[in-house]
Amino acid sequence: MKKRNIRNQKTKKLKSKHLLGLEGMEKQEIDLILDTAESFKEILMRPIRKVPTLRAVTVVNLFYEPSTRTRISFELAEKRLSADLVSFSANTSSVKKGETLKDTVKNIEAMKIDVVVIRHPSPGAPHFIARYLDSKVINAGDGAHEHPTQALLDIFTLREKYKKLKGLKVTIVGDILHSRVARSNIWGLTTMGAEVCVCGPTTLMPYEIERMGVKAYSKLDQALEGRDVVMVLRIQLERQKSGLLPSLREYTNTFGITKDRLKGLNKNFTIMHPGPLNRGIEITPEVADGPYSVILDQVTNGVAIRMAILYLLSGGEKEVE
Amino acid sequence: MNRRSDPTFDYLIAGARIIDPESGLDKVGDIYVKGKKITRIETEKLISIRKKDRKIIDARGKICCPGLIDIHTHLREPGREDEETIYTGSLAAVAGGFTTILCMPNTQPPLDDQESINFIYEKAKTAKCKVYPIACITAGREGKQLTEMADLKNAGAVGISDDGDPVSDPRILRHALEYSKMVDLPVISHCEDLSLSKDGVMNEGFVSTVLGLRGIPSIAEETIVARDIRLAEFTGARLHIAHVSTSGSVELIREAKKRKLNVTSEATPHHLTLTDESIKSFDTNCKVNPPLRTRKDVDAVIKGLKDGTIDCIATDHAPHSEEEKDVEFDYAPFGMIGLETALGLVTTELVEKNHLSWLQTIARLTLNPARIFDLQQGKIKVGAPADLTVIDPELEWEVVPSGLKSKSKNTPFGGWKLKGKAWMTMVDGKVVHILKT
Repeated sequence: MKKRNIRNQKTKKLKSKHLLGLEGMEKQEIDLILDTAESFKEILMRPIRKVPTLRAVTVVNLFYEPSTRTRISFELAEKRLSADLVSFSANTSSVKKGETLKDTVKNIEAMKIDVVVIRHPSPGAPHFIARYLDSKVINAGDGAHEHPTQALLDIFTLREKYKKLKGLKVTIVGDILHSRVARSNIWGLTTMGAEVCVCGPTTLMPYEIERMGVKAYSKLDQALEGRDVVMVLRIQLERQKSGLLPSLREYTNTFGITKDRLKGLNKNFTIMHPGPLNRGIEITPEVADGPYSVILDQVTNGVAIRMAILYLLSGGEKEVE
Repeated sequence: MNRRSDPTFDYLIAGARIIDPESGLDKVGDIYVKGKKITRIETEKLISIRKKDRKIIDARGKICCPGLIDIHTHLREPGREDEETIYTGSLAAVAGGFTTILCMPNTQPPLDDQESINFIYEKAKTAKCKVYPIACITAGREGKQLTEMADLKNAGAVGISDDGDPVSDPRILRHALEYSKMVDLPVISHCEDLSLSKDGVMNEGFVSTVLGLRGIPSIAEETIVARDIRLAEFTGARLHIAHVSTSGSVELIREAKKRKLNVTSEATPHHLTLTDESIKSFDTNCKVNPPLRTRKDVDAVIKGLKDGTIDCIATDHAPHSEEEKDVEFDYAPFGMIGLETALGLVTTELVEKNHLSWLQTIARLTLNPARIFDLQQGKIKVGAPADLTVIDPELEWEVVPSGLKSKSKNTPFGGWKLKGKAWMTMVDGKVVHILKT
């Protein structure tokens, strides 16, 4: 069954050589990724969770920003597919003084590699290296720009639960201004036919966000009324220091997701969070751990999605056994 | 008569459409040049161009105008001679049709004393065009202590500016304006509230929202334009506002002019032609300060240029090395080169699209900038220095960065097909640039 699934996709490929973002990605491509991930998720549920699919493929994980979840998720996805992998983390301030990013990636590529996974604080860094590399580039988060694999795993998780995405009402709450998760989800979800709105303090709402095809609210109750899904974003302490928020306390009081505030949501609603959680700040533990929360499913699905992307970008010509 | 040995002229620019904004002349004619000067302008009895004569420049079908003047260039010398020198900058200038350029003082060290002004003039002796330095408003461009403006003026500084940075402290700028009045130097203001623009790398707008790049809001410019206009009004000094980029700034300046204040302004070719949409490819050559704005702003700047709110076009030619520009967008320095693309862009985007007539365009590239800085150039007149530019308005060409004369190649216009180019440039009666036909 699952074998046929993959085989049917044999001729299908992603349009782009790289996965840089979800802006402009077509529905068929997202469907292909989600379908492929579904097959890989089955593999993850087996007792032996490893396939030889990417045996000849070498992946380099370049993390210029601290990350636990995304990095482990990529590494596991690579290992499950039997790829060879190397991970490199650096803090950009030290790298800035030394070798340029361009030199670093060109040197790494000279050692013969196939895929580069990059997390970088500067928007466009993956696009920048893609210009110079023959390898495939996967954006694992570039500043506040995009985080396509996160959005894909979110969309996958929602499809798993609701079966269809068209007409699904999703609200993203929090620091939209600094959120790559919000941007990628807006592109991906709206492409899939979901109806997305964003909600947060006016100081953390980017300019003309509604032109991305979403409605923007600054009143939480309005943003939650009649919705199916609440995607809660992490709020950072820095926002208080830089004058964007009076205090985290007031943020929690105004935008924190508590059980009380879930009343207006539709039946069978879902709570999501890309992590890491600030328990008690943007979300109460009660909600985060509640029965409607899919936060840990998101994490599981992250591995499957990343396997699917690695597989599809590496040509997808080899079969899963 | 044997023209070959005619001693009355060294060059004869024959048959061009002569456009001189000062006299309003717009007529086909001949211009005679002897030594460094224009000796005769003939629009009635034109010479017949029959045989080859090295002294006769056949300019039929072309436009001859006063040599173009760029009041805003960064020549990087002293300090960053790897990016540009006064000499290489002058090569780029004459190739672009400019016969006079003003260079900004944000060099290393900055041009904030007499010695540094002398240095520029010394270096400019070998330059292909005339180079006049602008000196700093404050020592070290630190915004704290006024420079010795009287000394700087005596050394030949034609204006003062801390360009690259604003004078953030309004009290210091107030005194600078007052003092500049005494020495009669225009003050050029780089209008940017550094607190509002903090960490920004592009215009704050829908495109920055999509790209997740930190934005520089229009108010970072406009609040300082408004402040500086008030300071100019209060002090009665001459204020020139550099690189106007937003519709709000245009509006403020228009209103100031309506009230007859001593305020002038400039716009760059890139703010007249590009929007923040061009950053969608993360091209660091589009990273400039002030940033490329929205369509609405570009339209307002064009309108301002048309109605005289904006007096002139200036390039803000800002060379940067490839190593510095070829990095992540956040880490790249601001600036693009502009001397060699300015005329083509203006012709293609403003003249060809009927925003400006040739006479208006040339005024904004010659007479108007000359007036702001009390320069003698910018006119075609018997007895005036023979600084002339012959434009081929029909010539179609493609911008090839590697072929540019500037030492740095940081232009986003590579591959653009432009119409209109400087065909010949003459400085003090000497042909310093001519295209082979």
